Amino acid sequence: MPDSSLDMDTAGIHTEPMLLNMGPSHPAMHGTVRMILTLDGETVIKCDAEIGYLHRGFEKECENATWTQVFPYTDRLNYVSPLLNNFGFALAVEKLLGIEATPRCNYIRTIMGEISRIGDHLTCLGAGSLELGGFSGFLYAVEAREHLYDLIEEVTGARLTVSYGRVGGLKTDLTEDFAARWAFARERVMRIWEDINKLLTRNRIFLDRMEGTGVISQADAISYGLTGPMLRSTGVDYDVRKDHPYFAYGDVDFDVPVGTHGDNFDRYQVRLEEIKQSMRIIDQALARLPDGPINVDDPRVVLPEKERVYNSIEGMINHFKLVFEGIQVPAGEVYSYTEGGNGELGFYVVSNGTGKPWKVGIRSPSFYNMCPIHKFVEGGMIADIIPTFDGINMIGGEIDR
Amino acid sequence: MSASDIKRLVRKFKNDIVDSSERLGMDTALVKKDNIVEIVQFLKDDDKLAYNMLRHLTCVDYLHREPRFEVIYVLYSTTNKQQVVLKAMINADDTTIDSISHLYGSANWAEREVWDMYGIKFNHHPNMRRILLYEEFEGHPLRKDYDKQTSQPRVQLLRQERDAFEEFKTYHVGESAEGSRS
Amino acid sequence: MGLEQQLPGFITSKLEPAVNWARKFSLFQYPFVTACCGMEYMSVSCARYDIARFGAEIPRFSPRQADLLFVVGTVNHKLAPFLRKVYEQMTEPKWVVAFGVCASTGGFYDNYATVQGIDKIIPVDIYIPGCPPRPEQVLDALMALQEKIQNEPFDKYAYERRRQVAVAEGLVDAERLKPPG
Repeated sequence: MPDSSLDMDTAGIHTEPMLLNMGPSHPAMHGTVRMILTLDGETVIKCDAEIGYLHRGFEKECENATWTQVFPYTDRLNYVSPLLNNFGFALAVEKLLGIEATPRCNYIRTIMGEISRIGDHLTCLGAGSLELGGFSGFLYAVEAREHLYDLIEEVTGARLTVSYGRVGGLKTDLTEDFAARWAFARERVMRIWEDINKLLTRNRIFLDRMEGTGVISQADAISYGLTGPMLRSTGVDYDVRKDHPYFAYGDVDFDVPVGTHGDNFDRYQVRLEEIKQSMRIIDQALARLPDGPINVDDPRVVLPEKERVYNSIEGMINHFKLVFEGIQVPAGEVYSYTEGGNGELGFYVVSNGTGKPWKVGIRSPSFYNMCPIHKFVEGGMIADIIPTFDGINMIGGEIDR
Repeated sequence: MSASDIKRLVRKFKNDIVDSSERLGMDTALVKKDNIVEIVQFLKDDDKLAYNMLRHLTCVDYLHREPRFEVIYVLYSTTNKQQVVLKAMINADDTTIDSISHLYGSANWAEREVWDMYGIKFNHHPNMRRILLYEEFEGHPLRKDYDKQTSQPRVQLLRQERDAFEEFKTYHVGESAEGSRS
Repeated sequence: MGLEQQLPGFITSKLEPAVNWARKFSLFQYPFVTACCGMEYMSVSCARYDIARFGAEIPRFSPRQADLLFVVGTVNHKLAPFLRKVYEQMTEPKWVVAFGVCASTGGFYDNYATVQGIDKIIPVDIYIPGCPPRPEQVLDALMALQEKIQNEPFDKYAYERRRQVAVAEGLVDAERLKPPG
């Protein structure tokens, strides 16, 4: 659209801004987002992001499902780290019920959650490397992720969409040789981490493209509700695991990496360092893993053992009522928040006293991380959008629910 | 502590606050919607309270109750690490409320989403249009009276989406069944 | 390719298996990735479950240059016109694989937002169930697609020749077959 106030007559040449559509299907493998850019040459003057291309009606579906049936939906929120979402929702419902999970369950939730978080950061780093032209980094990162998927598959039965958490506990316990398998996977993932570090961190091309692009100030970051690695790269030391500890995060010792400049390279370094810290958490938690049951001993919440179900009438009726009618959660509402892969994942859960939720509202970190996209992108060049978009790590399932 | 924050709020805005509570560790204040901008501005600008982050903005639809909607504001202070929840009551016949998008940047998209899903219009919002759904969509899906299994396609579909279910819905007792395959 | 439609019958029957062999082992994919299945798609294209050994490695992000449309993940009504446009922009010969249960039938999202299967929008050749499907399942589906391609007749894309024959035999009115506009 010609706009005469922007006509620049350099050397007598008549110029106009151009409208470019980075459509919903584009190679950046992070999700479907449409960006309508107004360009002046290579510089972006205005960016209008349109989301909603993966809106699957999550909240509406949850209102028609029982409390336990919501877990598969939570898997598909941040589908790169599904275990973190599962446990976040379980925590929210347990708060409403007023029950506390067993110590062993808390430790296992910490361990499995951190494994998922390592997978999330690896995918982000790998995809970032791919989009800037380094296919090897992507191959290494996905290979490391495969080792983690093997581990998750041993324990939960599925690679990606696991539905492992339950209200009041977990689906099954860890396998007996978990510590040995973790040592095997950890060694390989650590080797690949060093490979990626050597490949990217001091790479001239990578530095040129990531340093100084996608900068945001601290005040803007807080005003736009950014959390997670995005906020920590600007220098604000806010991590839900440290500030409001839950599960076993209060018992283990780990550092929270904080950046300074608020640009893409800081986000890359924060994520890289967080992988190492997650491994530290898992090692410590495995060493101190307490024995005991993984499910709360409450027949109103947890399904009974199969022997009781098939051999006694009380067990059968208990099972029947829990599966058909759902867990009867007392009326009330709560906002419970945990640290997801991209930032603070919150669940605003409203119950009306029946077995189905009245509302499951999700505070998705990617949605709020994407709010200031115009601030990141305007004034820069088109090529800077790619590392910025990768640094945000926008997961389509989370932003659109 | 957060309890005294709520007390300060109640003292200052006596007329607007209907109820305040501290259930389940969440400090909540139920407010009337008229002076919501002032209340939020007070919470944000005050030196000791300093609620500088809007963590979440959403809405709940209580269908058979007056007021029908409640817009929820979850505010957080990164310096004091405190959280407060405001619930603004909205009646079914007047679903508008003032926008706080000039106070927090994140409110811009969050309010658009509440408009899209629940139909609550925010006054003085710079860009009040749908965000997750498309412009041709009719209705506000997360309202309790919106049926889940509807279909509003944007392109000409090659065949029916849900075979048996759509026929069942068009089948009325007492009417002839001949014209139901429409 | 209109040339093979003009050749005499003997040569086409020898050429068919050869051309189909070439087509099936060099599929250029267009990965229309939307959701969680994209993670398994990444696993399939990387080192462990290698799709490159089937010749289908290169993702071509332009519909003009691709011949296999992988619809990976959920398609909702907002995205449907774009999917249709991408499919219409692809040149023949082209095949479509519905990757995952959301693309095949809508998955467990039976609501106002999701298209209940992309075959309501575009014709599909292979459906891969699974939420998400294991990479081995995807490779199995790719092999099934390759079998399907091998058994395709040349005539499948001979629209022009069939139209001329039909008009010549008086089966259809030539006016009705004109493209709109």
